[in-house]
Amino acid sequence: MTLIEESARIVSIKGSTVQAKGLSSYRMGEITYVGEERLIGEVIAIVHDTATVQVYEPLEGLRINDPLYPTGKSLSAELGPGLLSNIFDGIQRPLDNIKNISGSGFIERGIQTNALDRQQKWVFEPRKELKKGEIIKEGDVLGKVKETESITSSVLIPPGKSGELVEIMEKGEYTVSDTVAVYKNKSGSKAELTMMHEWPVRIARPYLNKLPVSGPLITGQRIVDMFFPISKGGTAAIPGGFGTGKTVLQHQLSKWSDANVVIYIGCGERGNEMTDVLREFPKLIDPHTNNPLMDRTLLIANVSNMPVAAREASIYMGITMAEYYRDQGYNVLLTADSTSRWAEALREISGQLEEMPVESGYPAYLGARLANFYERAGQVVALGSPYREGSINITAAVSPPGGDFSEPVTANTKRFVKTFWGLDPALANRKHFPSINWQNSYSGYIEEIEEWALETGLMDWGRYRQEMLKILQKDNELEHIVELIGSKALPADEQLIILIADIIKEGFLQQNAFHPIDTFCSIEKQMKMMNLILLFHERANILIKNGCPISLINSLRTVQILKMMKEEIRNEDLTQLNKIEDHIIFDMEELGSKYGYK
Amino acid sequence: MARITVKGVAEIRGPLIIIEGISGIQMGEYLEVRLNEQSTRKGRVLAIEEEKVIILLYQGTYEIEKDEIETEFFGRTMQLFVSEDMIGRTFNSLGEPLDGLPAIYSDEFRDVNGAPINPTSRIYPRNYIETGISSIDLMNTLVRGQKIPIFTGAGLPNNQLIGQIIKQARIAEEIEGEKFAIVFGAMGLTMDDYIYFQRLFKETGTLDKVVMFTNLASDSAAEGLLTPKVALTTAEYLAFDCDYHVLAILSDITNYCQALREVSVALETVPARKGFPGYMYSDLASIYERSGIMEGSKGSVTLIANLTMPNDDITHPVPDLTGYITEGQIILDRSLHNRSIYPPIDVLESLSRLMKDGIGEGSTREDHPSLSNQLYSAYAEGLDKRKLAEVIGRKELNRRDQIFLDFADKFEEIMVNQGDVHRTMEDSLDKGWKLLTLLPKVELTKVSESEMTKYCPEEED
Repeated sequence: MTLIEESARIVSIKGSTVQAKGLSSYRMGEITYVGEERLIGEVIAIVHDTATVQVYEPLEGLRINDPLYPTGKSLSAELGPGLLSNIFDGIQRPLDNIKNISGSGFIERGIQTNALDRQQKWVFEPRKELKKGEIIKEGDVLGKVKETESITSSVLIPPGKSGELVEIMEKGEYTVSDTVAVYKNKSGSKAELTMMHEWPVRIARPYLNKLPVSGPLITGQRIVDMFFPISKGGTAAIPGGFGTGKTVLQHQLSKWSDANVVIYIGCGERGNEMTDVLREFPKLIDPHTNNPLMDRTLLIANVSNMPVAAREASIYMGITMAEYYRDQGYNVLLTADSTSRWAEALREISGQLEEMPVESGYPAYLGARLANFYERAGQVVALGSPYREGSINITAAVSPPGGDFSEPVTANTKRFVKTFWGLDPALANRKHFPSINWQNSYSGYIEEIEEWALETGLMDWGRYRQEMLKILQKDNELEHIVELIGSKALPADEQLIILIADIIKEGFLQQNAFHPIDTFCSIEKQMKMMNLILLFHERANILIKNGCPISLINSLRTVQILKMMKEEIRNEDLTQLNKIEDHIIFDMEELGSKYGYK
Repeated sequence: MARITVKGVAEIRGPLIIIEGISGIQMGEYLEVRLNEQSTRKGRVLAIEEEKVIILLYQGTYEIEKDEIETEFFGRTMQLFVSEDMIGRTFNSLGEPLDGLPAIYSDEFRDVNGAPINPTSRIYPRNYIETGISSIDLMNTLVRGQKIPIFTGAGLPNNQLIGQIIKQARIAEEIEGEKFAIVFGAMGLTMDDYIYFQRLFKETGTLDKVVMFTNLASDSAAEGLLTPKVALTTAEYLAFDCDYHVLAILSDITNYCQALREVSVALETVPARKGFPGYMYSDLASIYERSGIMEGSKGSVTLIANLTMPNDDITHPVPDLTGYITEGQIILDRSLHNRSIYPPIDVLESLSRLMKDGIGEGSTREDHPSLSNQLYSAYAEGLDKRKLAEVIGRKELNRRDQIFLDFADKFEEIMVNQGDVHRTMEDSLDKGWKLLTLLPKVELTKVSESEMTKYCPEEED
């Protein structure tokens, strides 16, 4: 068999793919080295004796008749300690290693390097309950490794493996390729286990069963947490034209959400943005663990001018690593920026295969591939013992051409995600950030989160949310009238709606990602802020009914205070918010003494 | 690598030729076809299918004789000789001199396609380049290592603006011996504009800091596909090998994209939007992403890409895809131009995403961030009032609204409409403060008390 394969030769080269003849035993998805430089490629189509290989590196310099070297393996991710706080390219090569090997700041071709460092030693601590002779099953925890200050990794029995434990090593320092356990499989032969294993990225890792989603992913972003929340294990899309703040929002979610592990995929985006993350994250402290943010973060950078085939792979690489941490019982947030670039890579490769395009040149299977990806999110019970629940959230940016949400990638994405944060260029132009439009955005998790809110004692969450959305809806209707006849022609209670909506927009929905206090807002603060704004509305409404002119309410100092509390009051001293409450009551009662107040 | 020479071609199709029955040809290989004793044309292998080699000829296929023509393959990709001596020179898109001076010979040569910069080797952009134009320097600062396009429309004075930027651009550290150069790549440039730029460089004495690569409108469009590549290869060499701060200016990206479309159609690629190929995003990224700052070198590559929005449509694929890759945009506005305001930069629609990292204390001046914020919000408010005044009439505005409307007028008249003069960063900042005196002090919420006492001039009555 090997002999036949060795005679594999390139017969055609086009775009980012080559075609090869002379192999009879090729498998779809097989990793194949291409040319003397051994560029990494993957088989994506087979017609008779011709295989098409997409190559993850630039093809310049390849010739017809250059050899191919099949590996027998599928495109796989290495899973083990050492992934976190690292940055990889789309096929899991650590960018630091690439830099060291090439000795240049540019990414050269043909560099082969392991994802996990084979030299680094980790302290492996075996699970106490495990004894020689015990039956071990796939997904069982073999032991623990402290991967970073924030995350202790479980060493798992890889899916598909089970048998009788013959030997387990004692606590000590091992590399990821050292044997930490030996077991006898069903056929009676011995096999070794290490702290790492490989998993083919295009296949979802198995789990015991899926759980219904419950409880929110708390992001510290007010419009997300209060208006359009996402539950743990949920999916969300962030579509928006350029300049609407997709990337800043993605960064905010990665920084502040209460996930245990964050995987950030820079898929076909800007190089400087990745550098920004690399520069900033190590300096930031995770508000939930007080450890550096980088300790729980893993980056995949396949920037826009890196090879397009690797961009296609990067999404799968990311979700596989997410599943690995999910299986250990962690809540993982995967942010992909942007899935449109991934879809474009798919389109480009499909074009090279001369497949029949459907819409805007995209292949017919675009929807199926997207569904496949989003279905890998969710909350699950992991395989093996002890019992573990883990989850994966996906928040994916979409970059619709011309900001048109009816284009194929946005439209198909909408079919599979339950939360939709539509970014609005009109808001962005007004410097209203995050520019999530409250008219066309939605969350499919309201019921679950309402349940969670009641359990946690946030009794008013649902009511506050509805009241505020009602005010904003009414404000939107009034806006059209105001444009025509001016606000002065409206009755006083409607003018009050406009004022309150203004406070909500400026004081609550707008959130400054670059402000030290405002960048992260705790749930308690969010609830209290809503409470104060609605209290103000309620009291002002009574005054208006009693004939108090709107101009007096407009010019109250509390209006400014309500707008500024987001930046002035720290998450730690919420008692300050009670003082604002006193302010509101005082102001209102003063007016009330003139106009009657009950 | 051995060179291979073949005679005759099998097909000639648009800018492409197809040669059959040869082996040993590399993907992306550089080649020349010999028309006669004097002239050769340069090309690149775009795809190889079995024994069919598909070639793009940069100078077109006109007059190619099917059976007689000789093609020589060089066994390598296209390379450019690079040297500091290129500064002050003008070349065509193949790196051949257009100024009558001898060709560049150097020990150093580079593959024109470049390679992606490793994100871990990048240094995040900081500090700034002074363009001498207030709307940019003060309101949308150009940061070293940034890439930013100018979105213009047909008939707007973008060439004048580019000329002015080339003439005025500088870095503050030039006095301390830091090196600064401009690489200008022009695609589809009309002869008139070419003469305009050449004259401008000579008359203003700026030529000694400029390297120019030209693809004229009368040249083959496909040749324009090389212009950004050679320009950026030169820029990278000057920045990362010779420690220059390089401002690379490319114009007009729309012409480049038209050429890209022409070739992709000839290759029978499945089109995405408006006939442009699906890989246009990646292709544009391979140009724009070559800007940046790298570890281990003192220099930087900053990129300004000028492009004409067809029919002023910002959602057209060329500006749209560009906007997704670049770090902000400078937008020229037709209504400002019609009111004879030059440069007609729409300050509110324009955006420099990296500005916050490149300005303030230690770079421009401590008051810059809050001053530009204050000007921005006051001007935005003034424009809102202008809209209101269009509906209800200027006289119906209340006093506060009047003040803001007047401010917007003055802002355009004084700040935006600077004309063809160089304003230093200091000038621009001071003009900004002067404008703020038009507003009542209580309205100045974005600048601090101390900044106001330090920088704000006394009100003149």
